[in-house]
Amino acid sequence: MIELQELTRRYADKTAVDRLSLEVRDGETCVLIGPSGCGKTTTLRMINRLLEPTSGRVLIGGVDAATIDPVELRRGLGYAIQSVGLFPHLTVRDNIATVPRLLGWDDARIGERAEELLALVRLEPAAYLGKYPRQLSGGEAQRVGVARALAADPPVLLMDEPFGAVDPLTRERLQIEFARIQRELHKTVVFVTHDVDEAIRLADRIAVMRDGRLLQYDTPENVLDHPADKFVHDFMGADRALKRLVRVRVTDVLEPAPRIRPGEPVSSAEPPVTDGRMFVYVVDAEDRLAGWVDGREMAAGRSVEEATTRVDRAVAAVPGDATLKEALSAMLGLGFRHIAVIDAEGRLLGEVGFDAIDRVLASGDARRAGEGA
Amino acid sequence: MNRCRPVALAAVLAAAAVFAWLVAQPAIWQRLLARFAPDGVTALYPTGTLADFVLAHLVLVGVSSGLTIAAGLPLGIFATRRSGRPFRPLIAAAVDLGQTFPPVAVLALALPALGFGFTPTVVALFLYGLFPVVSGTIAGIEEVPSAVLDAARGMGMAPRQVLMRVELPLAARVILAGIRTSVIINIGTATVGAAVGASGLGVPIIGGLVGSQNVAFVLEGAIPAAILAVLADLLLGQLEAAVSPATGG
Repeated sequence: MIELQELTRRYADKTAVDRLSLEVRDGETCVLIGPSGCGKTTTLRMINRLLEPTSGRVLIGGVDAATIDPVELRRGLGYAIQSVGLFPHLTVRDNIATVPRLLGWDDARIGERAEELLALVRLEPAAYLGKYPRQLSGGEAQRVGVARALAADPPVLLMDEPFGAVDPLTRERLQIEFARIQRELHKTVVFVTHDVDEAIRLADRIAVMRDGRLLQYDTPENVLDHPADKFVHDFMGADRALKRLVRVRVTDVLEPAPRIRPGEPVSSAEPPVTDGRMFVYVVDAEDRLAGWVDGREMAAGRSVEEATTRVDRAVAAVPGDATLKEALSAMLGLGFRHIAVIDAEGRLLGEVGFDAIDRVLASGDARRAGEGA
Repeated sequence: MNRCRPVALAAVLAAAAVFAWLVAQPAIWQRLLARFAPDGVTALYPTGTLADFVLAHLVLVGVSSGLTIAAGLPLGIFATRRSGRPFRPLIAAAVDLGQTFPPVAVLALALPALGFGFTPTVVALFLYGLFPVVSGTIAGIEEVPSAVLDAARGMGMAPRQVLMRVELPLAARVILAGIRTSVIINIGTATVGAAVGASGLGVPIIGGLVGSQNVAFVLEGAIPAAILAVLADLLLGQLEAAVSPATGG
């Protein structure tokens, strides 16, 4: 657990961080967010003592960080930053090996760990271990940056806009991947960003800061639904309702999808097709999504084979760990009111519809309404 | 580039070997320079052999450049440390002054304190060559991206580890470029040492200019000095390429 107590950092002309207190529980991701100059990076840098607090304390696992040698302290806290800061004269392998080397690991163990971490951040070890940073794309470099921060398996990760320097598409992919990694590893993470969507996607709790002060520290849902003041309200954006969709995974609101196999009549679909439903999914023998058939075409007497619209699974379906926001954007892209949800092998898990999104949005409205009463 | 390096290095070393052999062949130089000597006068400076002058020159350059590097590198590193940063302007101004002062003036000033010969020359050359080494070291280290330093510190490198594992390897090329400049300047400038009685290739040059007005003497000193400078440039260029960190491009 990380505990900040009345943490303050003053400069000659301004107070960068003003009596900030908060607690990050083990295994939780705390996202510090706010406009530039709000003190979020200063706060982060006081945790690993790259900056010393003017007053106040940082407790890590109950121990006052000020009592630990800063060099030792930092070796126990993973650190990833925006411009990545990969060492240009070292290969990917040696970059990842930085902290393990400082800790005196033997070479075999370092090599094993580097491969393991590259696999974790989805970079092919054989292809990437020997590359130099300048041979990497922005997204690849960020992945290596995360792998390097994780190298010695620190219980705590400090991340300062680690996905800040890449295009929005790559950025979103990195966020999704990081959320996946965090679900596996349960690190205690303090994450600095100015990107509201990133905060909502990754945070267990969001700390909204302004002018060095903590305005609100709560779950993303509560920050969205019950902003502490007008600044928080405005900062989270006018599309707060839409942003809630990032908090819900499609598997959380999954509904059974009617499906048939080639050669079967539409009437045999499981679960049965209800009135008003226009189409049925078509799956192959392994239950993998192959396409869909339109009910009206079937009624016109054509066979399933003839009537099936074959689809590219990457476009016509979303994976199980996608968020409702991704599902919604896929639906809008296809012009449908439903989207198929598939697993990694392409098997049809179910579907998500507009009505599920409706319910999620309505629950936020209900909570806000309850607050008003 | 990497594949060419051994070949280039071998070529430079071969050229150096040819030069060393040539230096020990007075007959060749005599024939080469005879046409520039006044009638009936020898073409080679009589007080020593060319090999003696070259060797003395190399000792002069070696000692003064060695001192320059030994002092300039730590001085440049110090100027970039947290503790030394306040001294940075002072250090920069001091080494700048060292180069602004003509070596001949330094020699003249050093004479009363250090007498004639080798020592005042080394002092003058040492001061004159300091600027490129110090400024190269400072520039090289300051060129290291701040994000890289932040990452190094943030991951728990101690200050000395940051210097040895990150800053110096990344700055090596620029530092070496400064040393190269310094040494080459030094090889040319060392000839002025002859004015205060230090041996070296300046001896035939000054002798040819002042006493006998013998162009052959001047050339006997100037041509090997020029070749030495070129060889040193090539050799240090090889070294520079060798220490440049691989970055995969």
